[in-house]
Amino acid sequence: MDPLSWTDIFLRIAAQLAPVWIALIATFALSITFKRRLGLYGKLFDSPIGMVGFGLVMFWTYTGIFAGAFDLILTHDVLDQSASMKNKGPGTPFTQMMGTPDPNAYPYYLLGGDNLGRDVFSRMVVGAWEVIKIAPFASLFAFMVGITLGLPAGYHGGRLDTVLSFLANLILAFPVILLFYLLVTPEIIQTGIPVYMAAVLFVFPIIFLVLLWNSRFHTQPATRNLYVGITLLVGTWLYLGIAWNADPLGIVSFPPNLLVVFVAVVFVNAPTVFRIVRGLTMDIKTRDYVAAAQTRGEGTWYIMLWEILPNVRGPLIVDFCLRIGYTTILLGTLGFFGLGLSPESPDWGSTINEGRKLLSMYLHPALPPAIALLSLVLGLNLLADGLREESLRD
Amino acid sequence: MVTFILRRVGVMVLTAICLTFIVFFLTNLYPNLEKLAKTQGNFRMTDAEVESYLGRNGYLDPMLVKYGRWIGVWPGWVIEEEGATRGRCIEPGQPPEEAPRFCGILQGDWGFSTVFRKDVGVITGEKLALTGWLMLWVMVLMVPSALMLGVLAGMREGSRTDRTLSTFAITTTATPEYVSGVLFIAVFASSAVGLQWFKGTATGAVDKPTFENFFLPVLTIALYGMGYIARMTRASMAEVMTAQYIRTARLKGVSFPNIVLKHALRNALIAPFTVIMLQFPWLLNGVVIVETLFNYKGFGWTLVQAASNNDIELLLAVSVVSVVVVLVTQLISDIGYVYLNPRISVS
Amino acid sequence: MAEHDAPILEIENLSISFFTRLHEIPAVMDFSVTVRPGEAVGLVGESGCGKSTVALGVMRDLGVNGRIVGGTVRFKGRDLGTMSAAELRAIRGREIAMIYQEPMASLNPAMRVGRQLMEVPMIHEGISRTEARARALEVVGDVKLPDPERILDSYPHQLSGGQQQRIVIAMALMSKPSLLILDEPTTALDVTVEAAVVDLVKDLGRKYGTSMLFISHNLGLVLETCDRICVMYSGEAVETGSVRDVFDRMQHPYTQALFRSIPLPGTDKNAQPLKAIPGNFPLPHERPTGCNFGPRCDYFRAGQCDAGDIAMARIEGSDRHFTRCLRVAEIDWTAPLQKTGTVEATPPGKVVLRIENLRKYYEVAANALFGGGGATKVVKANESLSFEARESETLAIVGESGCGKSTLAKMLMGLETATDGAILLDNRNIEQTPIERRDTQTVADIQMVFQNPFDTLNPSMTVGRQIIRALEVFGIGATDRERRDEMLRLLDLVKLPREFAGRMPRQLSGGQKQRVGIARAFAGGARIVVADEPVSALDVSVQAAVTDLLMEIQRKQKTTLLFISHDLSIVRYLSDRVMVMYLGHVVELGTTDQVFAPPYHPYTEALLSAVPIADTRVKKTHIVLEGDVPSAMNPPPGCPFQTRCRWKPEVPGGLCEREVPAIRELAPGHQVKCHLSADALSCW
Repeated sequence: MDPLSWTDIFLRIAAQLAPVWIALIATFALSITFKRRLGLYGKLFDSPIGMVGFGLVMFWTYTGIFAGAFDLILTHDVLDQSASMKNKGPGTPFTQMMGTPDPNAYPYYLLGGDNLGRDVFSRMVVGAWEVIKIAPFASLFAFMVGITLGLPAGYHGGRLDTVLSFLANLILAFPVILLFYLLVTPEIIQTGIPVYMAAVLFVFPIIFLVLLWNSRFHTQPATRNLYVGITLLVGTWLYLGIAWNADPLGIVSFPPNLLVVFVAVVFVNAPTVFRIVRGLTMDIKTRDYVAAAQTRGEGTWYIMLWEILPNVRGPLIVDFCLRIGYTTILLGTLGFFGLGLSPESPDWGSTINEGRKLLSMYLHPALPPAIALLSLVLGLNLLADGLREESLRD
Repeated sequence: MVTFILRRVGVMVLTAICLTFIVFFLTNLYPNLEKLAKTQGNFRMTDAEVESYLGRNGYLDPMLVKYGRWIGVWPGWVIEEEGATRGRCIEPGQPPEEAPRFCGILQGDWGFSTVFRKDVGVITGEKLALTGWLMLWVMVLMVPSALMLGVLAGMREGSRTDRTLSTFAITTTATPEYVSGVLFIAVFASSAVGLQWFKGTATGAVDKPTFENFFLPVLTIALYGMGYIARMTRASMAEVMTAQYIRTARLKGVSFPNIVLKHALRNALIAPFTVIMLQFPWLLNGVVIVETLFNYKGFGWTLVQAASNNDIELLLAVSVVSVVVVLVTQLISDIGYVYLNPRISVS
Repeated sequence: MAEHDAPILEIENLSISFFTRLHEIPAVMDFSVTVRPGEAVGLVGESGCGKSTVALGVMRDLGVNGRIVGGTVRFKGRDLGTMSAAELRAIRGREIAMIYQEPMASLNPAMRVGRQLMEVPMIHEGISRTEARARALEVVGDVKLPDPERILDSYPHQLSGGQQQRIVIAMALMSKPSLLILDEPTTALDVTVEAAVVDLVKDLGRKYGTSMLFISHNLGLVLETCDRICVMYSGEAVETGSVRDVFDRMQHPYTQALFRSIPLPGTDKNAQPLKAIPGNFPLPHERPTGCNFGPRCDYFRAGQCDAGDIAMARIEGSDRHFTRCLRVAEIDWTAPLQKTGTVEATPPGKVVLRIENLRKYYEVAANALFGGGGATKVVKANESLSFEARESETLAIVGESGCGKSTLAKMLMGLETATDGAILLDNRNIEQTPIERRDTQTVADIQMVFQNPFDTLNPSMTVGRQIIRALEVFGIGATDRERRDEMLRLLDLVKLPREFAGRMPRQLSGGQKQRVGIARAFAGGARIVVADEPVSALDVSVQAAVTDLLMEIQRKQKTTLLFISHDLSIVRYLSDRVMVMYLGHVVELGTTDQVFAPPYHPYTEALLSAVPIADTRVKKTHIVLEGDVPSAMNPPPGCPFQTRCRWKPEVPGGLCEREVPAIRELAPGHQVKCHLSADALSCW
């Protein structure tokens, strides 16, 4: 068989991505049809920048989900090596050094093979899954921590603020890479420190929700007990499973090397979120509706969580998008330095790192993951920009 | 003003102590020490051998004692072994009686690097000079172009220039150094594309930096930071351009170029100034990535070497340097802010 | 008045629209006005009526979205609409200058005042730096600023609000323009400062022979400053004419309604309630056909008023008096206002709140950024306040910014605790109990209505939800159902439709928001309500409605109302007793009649004379106070008012500068804090 021409490669990739196109078209069609009823999300479809950003983000989200969770899209297993495919260029027909290839196997390496003879295209699409399953959740946890600490720091000020701000600045004074090198190593996993850190960091979402319900419903004990009870039950179960790997039911667990990556990323992001929330809180707390709540004798957590927090959601949503992007970059950095994830992992950072070593000769192993990462982060930034612009309008 | 600086220096020292203690604590955890022992000795050491190696070199003393030694407030360890006296503060070949009791950073002794087998102070100095050179060029390239970009985009919000420049700025902030570096090497340095305008490695730049071997690393670092500063400047400029005093100036009959230069610029640069100063610590990350990518043996490269080999004292020195960089830039940004912004007076 | 000269500014049938993504919003329609040399024309209307847009249209500075869609603006005979950018630049600042509402915002914070002033003649007349500086010194002297050299070398933030506004005026006069546009030039200033600035503008206008276009929502101010007036409503001029004609022989229902909704001396909440204009200001894209004011007009006749566009018509036998009303001839303009029924004055009941010798001192860091290290200053926000308030009584607390009225409110609410003294609620001490330690009943008893309607409601919670929350906190209603019913009843109480329960605050107008705020305050059956300038941010026509609502609820519920305000007209209208504060001291306290009639405290006297009154019959003595209110951080020694008091020489031995005067009782219930003898006080 002859190698494919570039046109063929593009057509075949496009065909391979068919489920993604279908999902994208459906999303856009539905969203544009109902955009007037969808609030801020709907307004996004008035802004070309926002739409491009959203499209890029959803492209990679769908790609990641279909490839990682449903085994669609990808053409070969991400770990299968074929010695005869080492460093072969894009469109090379699939061969194996020993034995005949499985007749059902996809006949080409669409974007070529890497230095171990693995399929670059498949590794790139599965790399999206590596990002999708960590970045949004790590950002979410960072937000929970940052909000739970930033609100009281900004609202009360004083000594509490001084101490918390000092801690935040302390973490921010660390060069991120040094922190990663110190935290994300097999030796540190041995000591169990990531588990303790996870134990502290992951308790914040539970605290956050309990405070949220309690402050809102403390006047109606029955409702309050129901909400708080459910939160504590579900929260503790997930918490035991995720942080301590001790789920009594044995359903929830978290691989330790993924946990350390997760914890490190949350740890690095939380102080920035803290600073943003603190600043916004200091601004909003001078508003009259906050004073009105104070003069009704509302508790401080009610004021912070129900009077202040909903009114800073605009900037926080925008920052959330940016933060997912930044987390993606951080995950890439970890991969680039070979920290945390297993060396075989198809994540973009590791693939770029492997590919760069032969860069002066072969471009194709390093470029696809680099461009993928760039386009996802760019999409998130454009999305944030679109959201910011639309939330400021009217 | 003096009390302010003193307070800031106090905070700085406190931060440095906390930070180094954290680094110290993490690097002195037993699994890390075990790794150190094995890299120093050999990888087939038994647990007992590891333990005795660590004991002989004072690694098994209590954490605070060890930290005190590093600071220089606790006497260095001295072990008499097979008739010879070895100690933390005893230089090879020096009679034990002449050696000082304390040898920590307070005495100006930064310790000994186990990777490079050299004095940490010497290594840090050398590498900092190399990285300083890199940073200087990054700043020279990044700051003026970022400010210009931001001002041009922000002075007419929503115009075509603004859209184009903003998209460019967003793209650069979305491109981490390890992506842009790879792209640049691929396009400008690899034999596959064939342009080969620049060198894909900056190893040679350590001795003799030239445009050819130095431009790509500088561009790579500068680009990532540039977008961020440009966007801040743009936002600030756009906000200033809608301010009432700009309308006042316009309705006084001031021409547009003069409005931008005389009325808007100074106000618009207040916010980005802080950002530029706070970029320094952030650039440090870029430096680590770029120095690894381009194999430029500076401070960032040293950090990676020290960290991957658990070179405790070198890592500590690296952390001290970075915390000082971070906090000094913060201090400068605060002071500079006051001079740029007449609304805040210094009493 | 130079009647025969050619007009300086002629606006003819001007229409201005703003274009958004979805539609065109007409902001000004068919607007005509003429300004002759030396003439001052007032442009009056409520917010959103397009008066500021007219000013910007004259300046051709409508931004990216605004466009002149019809009509012409001629300046000295030249059409501004067809001028090039360079020609416009030559006119701006030199021929037409503008003075703005927010002096702080309109001065460049990073440029010395001198440079900002000198720039004007240097651009337009090309004169040298030294010459420009000499001119600046001269003009700064003209606007009566002390020590011009120092002022020129300072940055705007180093000057007080009043001084900044004088600088803005000086800047406008630097090139001796022939037309001055003033856009609400005194709205951001305190009353006594406003009086001085208005005085200055009038004098300078006369001195430089400048014509003026004076934009304001304050009818009293226009009466004091202008020769002619143009009343605007919803993008249109509805009546223009000389001030005398429009004030005394008004010929448009809106003008009439406007005058009837502002409290004038002699009106009284019980004898002659204000008549609010029914309905709401129409949004630009919801304007009715025909007369814009039609739906709210008492004289509206279907088929005639809503048939088609209505043009301005000249009133026969008048001096350029026009009105935009078809029924002008049919309406009996002299008919007195129908009495809406007087209300029985409710007698005040027992004392519910007693304040004794209350003091509040704050310690603040001397410098916010570099502070913390040592030097703190003590701010004496309140100095020995003593007064009492009874059931169903309205006690007005009057004073300018920095007088300590907000601190007093905070202490009452429990947001601050007192430094010294006592607050007794039903003879229980609450001055040291912060809000979190007060029991629910106490909290529900003392509630507050806030000043800024745009800030008083949580923007991300529905109106109903916010009222229900207050009910929940005050423990009212056993079930969600009961609370919901109670919430709807509260909406009825404040005369809002029940469907507002599901609306978000941004869908409400300012007045409606303020009503929700009132409903929320009364949710727990409050017995004492502190109203902090509840109507000052509202338009005049809405002010009357909200004020009357507050009075009505008060009467029904026998509430004690502490009405904080700087607006003496409204205070006079609605309060039973008045307390005048200055720099943390109560300088005068008495019944409304006692305070508003001699003998006054010298500060009360100045305050009364400073308030512009929209009534041509009222003649006031004119007292202009020098300087600004001193900072509470750095109060003068002795009597707090001594730095600005014109009677200080009457007190022998410099007593005013040494001792704080003791409180003296002039008549039963009438206290004054002044060194002047009772005779001297009552001699005016």
